[in-house]
Amino acid sequence: MKVYLKILSFLTPLIALAISFGLTTFILILIDRDPVETFTLMFDYGTTGKSIISILNRSIPLYISAVAVAVGFKMGMFNIGVEGQYILGALIAAQVGAVLILPRPLHVLTIFIVAAVVSGIWAGISGYLKVKKGVHEVISTIMLNYIGAGIVAYLLANIFFEKDEDNSLKVPQTNYLSESGQLPPLNNILGLEELPNLNSFIVGAVFVGIFYYWLVWKTSLGFDLRATGLNPVAAKFSGADPNKLIVLAMLISGGIAGLVGMSNLVGYFHRYTIDFPTGLGFAGITVALLGRNHPVGMALGALLISFLERSSQILDLNNIPKEIERIMQGIVILVVVVSYEVVRRYILTQEVKLASRMVDKDE
Amino acid sequence: MSNFLNFIKDNKEKTFFIFILFWLLVIAQIETYSQLTTSGTFAATMRLAIPILLAGLGGIFSERSGVVNIGLEGMMIMGTWFGAWAAWLYGPWWGVAAGIFGGLIFGLIHAIATVSFQVDHIVSGVAINILAAGTARFFSVVAYANESQGGATQSPRISGEISSFSLPFLSGGTFLGNETSDLLRNLEDLNLFFISDISGLLGGLTRDISYLSFIALSLVPICMWVLWSTPFGLQLRSVGEFPVGSESLGINVYLMKYIGVTLSGAFSGLAGAYLVIESSGIYRENQTGGRGFIALASVIFGNWRPTGVLMGSGLFGYADALQLRSEESVHGLLLLISIVLLALSVYLLFNKKSRNGAISLLMAFGFGIWFLNSTSVPNEFVYFTPHITTLVVLSFASQRLRMPKSVGQPYKKGEGG
Repeated sequence: MKVYLKILSFLTPLIALAISFGLTTFILILIDRDPVETFTLMFDYGTTGKSIISILNRSIPLYISAVAVAVGFKMGMFNIGVEGQYILGALIAAQVGAVLILPRPLHVLTIFIVAAVVSGIWAGISGYLKVKKGVHEVISTIMLNYIGAGIVAYLLANIFFEKDEDNSLKVPQTNYLSESGQLPPLNNILGLEELPNLNSFIVGAVFVGIFYYWLVWKTSLGFDLRATGLNPVAAKFSGADPNKLIVLAMLISGGIAGLVGMSNLVGYFHRYTIDFPTGLGFAGITVALLGRNHPVGMALGALLISFLERSSQILDLNNIPKEIERIMQGIVILVVVVSYEVVRRYILTQEVKLASRMVDKDE
Repeated sequence: MSNFLNFIKDNKEKTFFIFILFWLLVIAQIETYSQLTTSGTFAATMRLAIPILLAGLGGIFSERSGVVNIGLEGMMIMGTWFGAWAAWLYGPWWGVAAGIFGGLIFGLIHAIATVSFQVDHIVSGVAINILAAGTARFFSVVAYANESQGGATQSPRISGEISSFSLPFLSGGTFLGNETSDLLRNLEDLNLFFISDISGLLGGLTRDISYLSFIALSLVPICMWVLWSTPFGLQLRSVGEFPVGSESLGINVYLMKYIGVTLSGAFSGLAGAYLVIESSGIYRENQTGGRGFIALASVIFGNWRPTGVLMGSGLFGYADALQLRSEESVHGLLLLISIVLLALSVYLLFNKKSRNGAISLLMAFGFGIWFLNSTSVPNEFVYFTPHITTLVVLSFASQRLRMPKSVGQPYKKGEGG
């Protein structure tokens, strides 16, 4: 590949971001706000120490969610159900964690495993329905999101509610995890005592990223996954069993999705409450698309989205609707998918031209 | 008798369907569950089914032209927002127009992304949904933040409503300015098996029908006519089956796809506007509640046909209506499910499919025990009835469906050489 094509491919995200900023500027002018002032405010607020910690904390679940989506993407499957998978996993894990009494590392580990297994099974249903019943995974995962949300609401209101001695209190939240089920923040280790808490599950997110890289690019299973995603027919003839892979991919994707809620569960809320953040599953799709399913790209994408979310909080104080961030996210995602596709096709045609020129020279 | 048995053998699905309906009627005779077949329930069914029906009809246009449209939900969201905004400012019919416009714009965006830039259809659809949700929130803040009843997540109440009519003689409508009899109501009040239930159905569908509902329902035959009886429809469908061949015949493939996808946006926008104007009278965030996705599902198990979508949306509307109108009658459905599963298990065991038969039998007992040991179904379960219905129906139907051949595949002009 020629050098300039490589550079172009590398620059695409930046071009897409520039276009998105241009469109946002246009919208800001339309509603009569000063775009320069807006972006300056966001940048200044988003780069304070407190904000950086907040951005890192927000990025953890976003990144894991993106990885969960990306595992599916790699073999041409769309797991749009990360949303339902992680809330169900987090609730069950919170309940199990609240009941269990175990020594610390084991307790936390058990919580993670329960969440991963529950979410994995929930995602596995979609894999099963696709293989055995021919139901497209997009439809089934979306429907399972609604069903999962309903089950969570039911369990929280009727079975897993907070219990005191005489069972009179019926607050829809699980009991607190005992000390051994909690992860303390990283601040003491890093010497950041004066800043807000940095969630230690950030280490978990890094591990998830490394695991994803190892699984997809360094194992034969990962090779089969990618091969099936690129050319299902060829992969089948090379001996990959597509049905087995579909179910496996959904199980793995769901298992990773189960970890989405863990930073909030063991590191912040220490229980499942109605304040537990939702929408991380859909945000994960944005991040996966933004980062082109690349482990590092998705990390940058997660940081970018978190930065936008955090830094826009200042805008309301200055009479600029902070919801401009929501529309920005939407624009970014749409511009990104279009520009990636355009550049991909451009590079493809250039490569074909180069190849044919080389063939001509040989003759 | 042997004729009868042969009929059953040849028409298994029809028999099964009639069997379900029969038991539904029987259960509806019990006082507690009488809401299962009243005209009020059917009227609510229609109101709740129409948004899904409209978005589904839009989905047909898009999918028949070869473009998967998972963005129906987002286009519907734009319909609700623009519909409420214009209806609040200028009245309901302006709301309808603005809703269509809002959906159409997002349909156009989907068309640009998928047809001109050949972005993956599902990726683009997901992006459309995210963009629509963000846009609606942002617009709400800009337009409603300073209004007394409005805010970041809801609009002020819309002004005025679309007028309605009843069928004269049968449902008590006016004829040449005179009041007429309400025959169907009288029949319904007699509480006769079958006759009163059918009268309830017909009465619910013909009494106090708003003109917008009437237009929506009449779009079903219009869509059938356009897609199957006009040259345009033939061209649109051919593009979704075999675009290379269509292009060789001089059909403008891109144009057809653009029309199909943009129309689907307009239909979804109308669906959103209907939701606001006929159901709630107000825009609320997340009001669509996945109806766009359910519409897409009903396109699939409706086998990409308007009548199929009509039936699918009717089913969801019915489930939704029962949930809204009476919790007891949803409880009655447990009994119905139990009976149907029991019959299914007998059939399966009779045909030596012992594993599936046993599962079915077990589930029949499960639902039976649930029915006997409870007086109502938890609200949270009722809420996802339509979604679980979608999964169950798709699990049974998916393998026998025939989708447009090239749906979901990006097409580049001149691909055929």
